[in-house]
Amino acid sequence: MADIAIIDYGMGNVHSVFKALKKVIDKNSKVKVTNSIKDILNCTHIVFPGQGAAAECMSNIKNNLDIVEFKKIIVQKPFLGICMGLQVLMTHSDENDGAECLNILGGDVLSLKNKVKSSIKVPHMGWNKIDQKYRHPLWANIPNNSFFYFVHSYYVQPINNENILSTTTYGTTFASGLFRDNIVAVQFHPEKSSKIGLKMLENFILWDGEVQ
Amino acid sequence: MSLYKRIIPCLDVDNGRVVKGTNFINIVDAGDPVEVAKRYDAEGADEIAFLDITATHEGRTTIIETVEKVASEVFIPLTVGGGVSNYNDVLNLLSAGADKVAINSAAVKNPTLINQVTDKIGRQCIVAAIDVKTENKGSWSVYTHGGRNPTGIDAFKWAKELSDRGAGEILLTSMDRDGTKNGFDLELLNLIAKEVTIPVIASGGAGTLEHLKDAVLIGKADAVLAASIFHYSIHSIQEAKEYMKKHGVLVRN
Repeated sequence: MADIAIIDYGMGNVHSVFKALKKVIDKNSKVKVTNSIKDILNCTHIVFPGQGAAAECMSNIKNNLDIVEFKKIIVQKPFLGICMGLQVLMTHSDENDGAECLNILGGDVLSLKNKVKSSIKVPHMGWNKIDQKYRHPLWANIPNNSFFYFVHSYYVQPINNENILSTTTYGTTFASGLFRDNIVAVQFHPEKSSKIGLKMLENFILWDGEVQ
Repeated sequence: MSLYKRIIPCLDVDNGRVVKGTNFINIVDAGDPVEVAKRYDAEGADEIAFLDITATHEGRTTIIETVEKVASEVFIPLTVGGGVSNYNDVLNLLSAGADKVAINSAAVKNPTLINQVTDKIGRQCIVAAIDVKTENKGSWSVYTHGGRNPTGIDAFKWAKELSDRGAGEILLTSMDRDGTKNGFDLELLNLIAKEVTIPVIASGGAGTLEHLKDAVLIGKADAVLAASIFHYSIHSIQEAKEYMKKHGVLVRN
């Protein structure tokens, strides 16, 4: 039985994540869209989505959440970051004029356009393969090299390669997922990745936050 | 490498039902949008596009209810278009569960709408739809209001402008080919897809699997949109993907 909190800090569309989680939870579980620290403290699983630009995202987080409390809770229970919800966990983002992020996972958020050849279209928008780099419970019953849906112009580069959950190749090979202890975070959108994406969300809900 | 090419079935929605017709006549009911969209998702469609063909005031309310229902059951990207005229229309559709909104006539009337919307919510949400017709060989112009109003705007220049203004993708429909099943306008596609730096979706004319493949290999399209070829069950999405794969097109399987 899970009690899932989707963090809403005013960045983009949380509806699709909500609908996808609704679809995969059992009848005893609950899912709620919230920015209340009390809800986040009481839930069993945190889902942290996000769209848009890093600087705006960080300022919205600061305006909508008690950052000190939130950073404490992030490391306590199963936590899933999606898209911008991955990028803001890093130390620093190069997007816009640069933005300091939450610094939960060490590393930078870099421009894909600066990294790939000019013939490669950015944003990276569409379906691409995930190469699973760590046998994480999130991948249960998901074959390696499955397709997931991406929409992004920046990518994360962690300091510690041991945090890499998966990689994806689009003009360059980048980390499409990171993990550490109770935290998993992905660049792609499981809520838009058809059956495989729903399976990943289901795996997350069933996960107790332990990594072997 | 380039990205996996997308196959996008397009549903014409009228009053909450999927309809199909030939040249806008003989319109018949083709089912419940949720059921049709679920079937396409299960068959491996990469996205679903909805076109609100009524696009009247009542039509707008209906399309929002339809998008909500589909978004609760279908977990691949949804693009919705038809009669989108301002920022609020875009927001309402996104809140209902659309992932992308297609803007057509409204962008011609007020090009800065594209900048306004994409500055606020990001370019990935906006598909700029262009309906074009051949004027002379090698020259195409833009039409609005479902192909009724000629604008005299050159299609190639307009596509570049939409991209510069922040559109995330171009949905390029050839009015000469639409509904003919004679194949996409490959010359037009190639001209635009090679020049703009955002993905181009080919639309108008798909009648065979070969047409889909040609749109990618010759036309250089990033995605292909088709309606009747899938609605009439002439081919399944899976057949289309297998065919494209066999001919060297990268597709999601």
